[in-house]
Amino acid sequence: MTLHIVVTAKQVVDPETPASAFVIEDKKVAISANFSPVINGYDEQAVEAALRIKEAVGDARITVLSCGPSFALDVIKKPLAMGADDLILLQDPNFENSIDPTLVIKALAIAIKKIGDVDLVISGRQASDWDNALVPIGIAEFLDWPLATIARKIDVEGTKVTVERVLPDGYEIVETSTPAVITVSNELGNPRYPNMRGIMGARRIQPTIWDTNELELAGEAVDIAMELVSLEKPTKLVQTEIIEGEDEADSGRKLALRLREERVI
Amino acid sequence: MAKALIVGEIHNQELAATTLESIAAAQILEASSIAVIIAGYDIESIAEHAIFAGADHVYTVSEGPAADGEFDDLVNAAYKVAIEIKPDFVLGSKTITGRDVMPRLAFRLGTILVTDCMSLERDDARRICATRPTYGGNVNAKVACLGEPTVLSLRPKSFEVNDSDRSRKGEIQEVVFDSNIRTRVIKKIEEQSEGISLQDAKTVIAGGRGLGGPEAFSKLHDLALVLGGAVGASRAACDAGWVPSSYQVGLTGKTVTPDLYIAIGISGASQHMAGCSNSKTLVAINKDEGANIFKEARFGVKGDWEKVLPAFIEQLHELID
Repeated sequence: MTLHIVVTAKQVVDPETPASAFVIEDKKVAISANFSPVINGYDEQAVEAALRIKEAVGDARITVLSCGPSFALDVIKKPLAMGADDLILLQDPNFENSIDPTLVIKALAIAIKKIGDVDLVISGRQASDWDNALVPIGIAEFLDWPLATIARKIDVEGTKVTVERVLPDGYEIVETSTPAVITVSNELGNPRYPNMRGIMGARRIQPTIWDTNELELAGEAVDIAMELVSLEKPTKLVQTEIIEGEDEADSGRKLALRLREERVI
Repeated sequence: MAKALIVGEIHNQELAATTLESIAAAQILEASSIAVIIAGYDIESIAEHAIFAGADHVYTVSEGPAADGEFDDLVNAAYKVAIEIKPDFVLGSKTITGRDVMPRLAFRLGTILVTDCMSLERDDARRICATRPTYGGNVNAKVACLGEPTVLSLRPKSFEVNDSDRSRKGEIQEVVFDSNIRTRVIKKIEEQSEGISLQDAKTVIAGGRGLGGPEAFSKLHDLALVLGGAVGASRAACDAGWVPSSYQVGLTGKTVTPDLYIAIGISGASQHMAGCSNSKTLVAINKDEGANIFKEARFGVKGDWEKVLPAFIEQLHELID
């Protein structure tokens, strides 16, 4: 039996974008200069986790699932270039990137049911835009599947799934069974870079596109739990004092003296 | 009249500081009654402590998988209590347990979690409004909570704990619910960092990408020893494998609030600052003169840490010995 893994991936503003480039306009975060979007970093790690499982079990298929109002195809195809097999885009103007992900969770869960033979859903622990960490957990609850969060390693053996979960001072090993939802953290390690063959292969794969009609979600009323009131850049009130000595070592000495003067040490 | 339910936690066989913070937050939201659920073994005195701290009802789970800390049953037990008492709002913390349990509880109650709240207030229409970091800490979002009930998780160390009153009275009751475990913990593996725990330390010395490699962390440990502190790191240093991930301070790592935080070779990305910006005094040492950390620090030295640090440590020895 082929192990079918769905990886959820979100297109986000590049988190490496300098803070000064973030502009807040009309309750939306815009990027001032010409910064291109990326796949959410944790979701790339989810792709990596799926590829490692595929390498370990042999017979596996990886479908990447993304939900949004529009996509930069060259960006959202990166998981294919890394080695994923299929791409399904849930694309509809209603799937806007709002702070409340209720509709997106519903759409992703319905899509997973529609795909049908899914054994495992792997997602990044959170997206680097709203940092909600809600969507994968919502999918698990909506599908009534078991959940394991913040994984640094996933092993699949038949229907048994073994996960190493990151803890503040170490990790724990948890066991569950398929079908299940797993979220992964950066501790999993760096995602691989696509190679030339992967990039060429990805070009040939056409994404499947489903809209709200296809998902039978059109006109569906959703209860929103969060209404955005305002967005603000955090204010910084601190007055910085730069310690300057005759040379760098002298600055170090002066820093110690200054901290003593202020009774910090 | 607003009824609050708090999903409490126990840490080292004591009521967790984060749970005391949740009680304080419930009071900010003018709760007329506060219920707390806790799970663990031998927790009677902890339940009493919750009452002294402000709880009117304490629901306990004192045996079974929830008492062992299994998330599945913590959700099941909290859900059972929520269905019974119908709170107007539910509070928990964005701890390792809360990150998993709170969203699931919210979904099960037919709403979604407002996560990582740094401050809470009531607006003119008496709606609960929460301020929370987004975009890696670059942007703060204020949201009005419309969920019934509203379910919130609080950023640790964001709410000031009130004094306990040992004369307070309340009720303690064991929760009866159906256990259902689908994801089970097999074993825990501890990777203790050396010395004082990062979250309890009064002084934290943190290193980042600018240190250039794992060897430099031994210098940071030397400094931590002189000042009686703990060593932390930025995500970049952890991801590079220089130190274990348990060192990580930041949005997805630990939140620390020491009296003194010394950031060495850390650029000060919002992601990192989200974990240390509430430190009393922040000191930055970095040779990149334009580094963002110099906008956030109280004291800064713009220079090469390899030259600054030995002289700094030597001077400290003179001052402290």
